[in-house]
Amino acid sequence: MAKGYKGYRYFEAIEKHAGLLGILILVMVSLGGLAEITPIFMEAHAVKPELGVKPYSPLRLAGKDIYVREGCYLCHTQMVRALRAETERYGGYSAATESVYDRPHQWGSKRTGPDLARVGGKYSDEWQRVHLKDPRAVVPESNMPGYPWLSEALVDPDEVQAKMRVLRRLGDPYSDEDIADARAAVAGHTEMEAIVAYLQGLGIDNVPQAEPAPAATGAP
Amino acid sequence: MATTTETLNGGIRLAASPSRQAVLAATDETYNDHVVRLFLLAAAVWGVVGMAIGVYVAAQLAWPALNFDISWLTFSRLRPNHTFGVIFAFGGSALIGTCYYVVQRSGHTRLALPRLANFTFWGWQLACVLAMATMPFGITQSKEYAEPEWFIDILIAVVWVSIGVVFFSTLARRRIQHIYVANWYYGAFIIAVGLLHIVNNLALPVSLTKSYPIYSGAVDAMVQWWYGHNAVAFFLTAGFLGMMYYFVPRQAKQPLWSYRFSIVNFWALISVYMWAGSHHLLYTALPDWVQSVGMAFSLVLLMPSWGSAANGLLTFNGSWHRLRTDPAAKFMVIALVFYAASTFEGSMMAIKSVNALSHYTDWTVAHVHSGSIGWVAMITIGSLYAMAPRALGRPMHSHKGMELHFWMHTAGLLLYIISMWIAGVTEGLMWRATNPDGSLTYAFIDSLIAIKPLYFFRFLGGLLVVAGMGVMAWNLWHTASDARKHLISPIPVPIPEPTTHQVPAPLPASA
Repeated sequence: MAKGYKGYRYFEAIEKHAGLLGILILVMVSLGGLAEITPIFMEAHAVKPELGVKPYSPLRLAGKDIYVREGCYLCHTQMVRALRAETERYGGYSAATESVYDRPHQWGSKRTGPDLARVGGKYSDEWQRVHLKDPRAVVPESNMPGYPWLSEALVDPDEVQAKMRVLRRLGDPYSDEDIADARAAVAGHTEMEAIVAYLQGLGIDNVPQAEPAPAATGAP
Repeated sequence: MATTTETLNGGIRLAASPSRQAVLAATDETYNDHVVRLFLLAAAVWGVVGMAIGVYVAAQLAWPALNFDISWLTFSRLRPNHTFGVIFAFGGSALIGTCYYVVQRSGHTRLALPRLANFTFWGWQLACVLAMATMPFGITQSKEYAEPEWFIDILIAVVWVSIGVVFFSTLARRRIQHIYVANWYYGAFIIAVGLLHIVNNLALPVSLTKSYPIYSGAVDAMVQWWYGHNAVAFFLTAGFLGMMYYFVPRQAKQPLWSYRFSIVNFWALISVYMWAGSHHLLYTALPDWVQSVGMAFSLVLLMPSWGSAANGLLTFNGSWHRLRTDPAAKFMVIALVFYAASTFEGSMMAIKSVNALSHYTDWTVAHVHSGSIGWVAMITIGSLYAMAPRALGRPMHSHKGMELHFWMHTAGLLLYIISMWIAGVTEGLMWRATNPDGSLTYAFIDSLIAIKPLYFFRFLGGLLVVAGMGVMAWNLWHTASDARKHLISPIPVPIPEPTTHQVPAPLPASA
């Protein structure tokens, strides 16, 4: 074998042993994730108690899960980037603290419709209801689908309580009282009311040291 | 059967050459092509289904009345069905099928653990059907490209580990000492996707249909795009490069342009890709240093990407005349061109100032489809056209059908990506346009009105691509007539010339 190929025998060992090849692949693919995710993971846990953001109220929690269920994240972001044109259009840029109770995050990746991180209080509850039922009734050029079934379905109080218990196990600070009161807070509310409450709190209820929510908000 | 593990540049002899093989007698052992055929069939069916859903949701963007106010037909409920359908059902079936085909051929051995291999087929199909049947009903985690809920994720994890066991057990009983490069990519694909899938989907269930991830907010975003980007890296790139490294030399009828180059590209690609995920989160609330690291690694990534594309294309040197007569080779060459183009585009879009314009617009959609319809679908179709005649025991039913498919696919692809490029740049520019006094020039809805005609052209492009897939399905159906009548005789495994210290020992030739 030519002199230039001396170093090749080290590779040769890898290429002739499936186990060694597999282990080295596992090492090489793990490095990037470990280096980037571990510090963020540690940091997130270290700062959490000092945030001053309250976890979702029961009705808004139900609303957030309807947002997830309907797949709103596929066309709407909740992330105002630190760029002038964005802060001009939507409001102050998003901070990590705002989404700390979002499991999973709803930052999104595509804007077929506008960003929603600061949508809370921008429109009335009535506008939101009409728009969700039939978007073209208020925005004729819109290509957003209608979600009329939301007005017909009721939020299930048992499910909301079960969700709060699971979230508490994951570290969200819900008290026994919060969970007990959740039943009364959501009973009789439609899914439409829940998602409107969720939308009306975006950029308001999840911002630290928030001012009192404006009167337009339907959240309890 | 000639193999691709032939004489390599630099004179490194890794396996028996065709001339030496020609004198070898066949054994009683045959290749297990039954499971390969099943995956081939599944890939064709899911390809048509996944892409047809894509065309339907594209039509909804142009004509929102097509949502019909029916919850499970609504765009936002169905889009995950398109992405899951084409990536995991179509791409996954094609990848596992070709993986089983290639690991047998390049190792001169029959697939290990046939029952487990059959389980991986039915398990994978069950996971796909469950995912596709639950997502339209709102049973979703809303993690992009990882939407299926926890019980499907567990099934996927079990099937995935089984695929790994079948693959590595087959490698362990190979009779060619050297592991051919295609298998490294398939190996990396299996290991990394398993790791990504499990870490990204860690969740606590509330009920059968609802769970919460253990990560929240910024951490979840980072984990999600570490997964999302590397699903692109290891599912849509490494896996399909494995396909490329076997079927391109096979179809060009020449050894790989440079084997050493493939080694360098392999290790660079698999290690660099994993750092680049944060380029999906530039200018967001993710810590700045992670964004910068992601951008830097994305630029470095261009080198192994172009290296792999060049290696594939240069393999055709001296064999370009085959493009005139072989549609499979034509698909492969255009696939490599689009692989090079979309990886270049990806690296450019990871530059912060470009990303500020392109992100959240349809430019991203153009980029994804230049990679998926251009690279992934075309290398798969090329490989299927190369593999089907061998796995199905007769030449492709219609040569003209393949030619027609090629032109429909290419025309549809160009129509799709050009319209989405224009749409994306239009949106990006309109969103940032300001008047002399600093106020914004356009309302958001203005940008939607401006690009609506382009949504129509995108729909047309998609329609051409899925019609081409229909032609392929028809062609494969007729080619498979022998297989359907159980007339196929299995292909015997050739015995390579024994090498020193060969493990396992070579099989004796049959009488």
